[in-house]
Amino acid sequence: MYAIEVDRLTKRFGDFTAVDGISFYVAKGEIFGFLGANGAGKSTAMRMLCGLLTPTSGDAKVAGFDVYDNPEMIKKNIGYMSQKFSLYNDLTVVENIKFWGGLYGLDGKTIRRKTDQILGELDMRDWKDSFVETLPLGWKQKLSFSISTIHEPQIVFLDEPTGGVDPAVRRKFWEMIYAASERGITAFVTTHYMDEAEYCSRVSIMVDGRIRALGSPNELKRELGRNSMDGVFKELARHAKRNSD
Amino acid sequence: MSDAIITADGISKSYKNGRGNSRTTALDGISFEVSEGEIFGLIGPDGAGKTTAMRIITSLMLPDAGRAAVCGLDSVKDYAQIRNIVGYMPGRFSLYQDLSVEENLQFFATIFGVKVKDNYGLIKEIYDTLAPFKDRRAGKLSGGMKQKLALCCALVHKPRVLILDEPTTGVDPVSRQEFWDSLGRLKTQGITVLASTPYMDEASRCDRISFLVKGKIPATDAPRNIVKGFSKKIVHARANRMFELLKVLREYPEAESAYAFGDNNHVTLKNGGIEELKQFLASNGYPDAELEYAEASLEDCFMNLPK
Repeated sequence: MYAIEVDRLTKRFGDFTAVDGISFYVAKGEIFGFLGANGAGKSTAMRMLCGLLTPTSGDAKVAGFDVYDNPEMIKKNIGYMSQKFSLYNDLTVVENIKFWGGLYGLDGKTIRRKTDQILGELDMRDWKDSFVETLPLGWKQKLSFSISTIHEPQIVFLDEPTGGVDPAVRRKFWEMIYAASERGITAFVTTHYMDEAEYCSRVSIMVDGRIRALGSPNELKRELGRNSMDGVFKELARHAKRNSD
Repeated sequence: MSDAIITADGISKSYKNGRGNSRTTALDGISFEVSEGEIFGLIGPDGAGKTTAMRIITSLMLPDAGRAAVCGLDSVKDYAQIRNIVGYMPGRFSLYQDLSVEENLQFFATIFGVKVKDNYGLIKEIYDTLAPFKDRRAGKLSGGMKQKLALCCALVHKPRVLILDEPTTGVDPVSRQEFWDSLGRLKTQGITVLASTPYMDEASRCDRISFLVKGKIPATDAPRNIVKGFSKKIVHARANRMFELLKVLREYPEAESAYAFGDNNHVTLKNGGIEELKQFLASNGYPDAELEYAEASLEDCFMNLPK
């Protein structure tokens, strides 16, 4: 069974087709890079896969659940983190962990164990009572990732998780993704950093609502005759007609 | 008085920490100067103090010690004048989301007491790409277009200095390139730019950069000189299982650091060369690893900054 199966998935808003019949699958434990220019339709596609938006047509199954019939079960079986919304700034580090743990339905004992584990792994014990607002962005992102996988979901959706994060922290962040992947968690990642695209097992590139390329980074580089994913991306995205979300 | 357009002279700033009484030092006596017409980058890890430095220079925050000046104007005493000659793009999108593209531009022009058409030449090239969407609410724009609009709004009063706090965060690679092309054109019109960025390809496009680490500046120079000054050997290493290879590389006693760099791993060597590393890898399950010496990149320099 695949973690994610998508077949001709489409979303129209009025006469605008945001996502235009995309098809792909993501294997269990895979790190799948979901790339595209601003406005290509990534966010819309991701919202459908997270059970937040009903498709216009096509099929998709996430963690074995159908996006039309079982969006609530999807939400329980995935983790989600985005750069824009992840943690509550006016709660402390520990309060955020408790809050999200509770929301994902963990019991008090598990939450305490997880809190201790997360503080240890992130080396954040000295910061446990600090407001999240006062943490450097990179720390917030790492905490946010740990919290998004606190319930050991089958799949974690990461929407530009490293936007604005410096090169050193980005690397640490990717090591966390790899560690999660080794535990069997499937990662579905969007990013604008093309060196990060190289870290994915497979990558899709969306242009104007469609998937224009799909494969491992090496396959795509060979196919398009470029020596980096940056070159691959620019070659595909510069022909984009759309320029907005 | 020096002829620098921006002067930071021994600036320090600390903040109170969370609920406790301890304080965090954001800036610890930093100094740098930006000359007229330069594109100057403030490059450092998250939490290094870049935003604090920019806020002090733009007069939005008071330094604990030291002074900042723009065009000879003191950031504390002459704050009102500074705000007239500086265009500032904060890190967080700060335009009015429920005003349209055109309304935002009008609004900022009115605040600065100018008309949009007064300095239209400066923004024309950028604004032309937004014009088809002029009635769209700013909140509904894509990341790249929001940044273009924010840049237009920061330029509407024809500032002498542009201060940009991570202007391309959340922007795709093609739009990032266009954004920096625009900065290059503004430079030719005599505008001085101070920008921060987490992208090293953008840092490379600056005339000069300061690395800012834990509130201090260990180096200020042209990017190519910083790269030239990197004296350690760097080896690029690749094999089938890259992430596992990275873990092994980190066990190598002569590795100062080992990091993933796209489809390569980069190892910075303390001592010795490729041959010793090859032997080490062969005896640790990677006899077939491909190794080659490589020039340091700016990102290598960044990754090897003192922790």
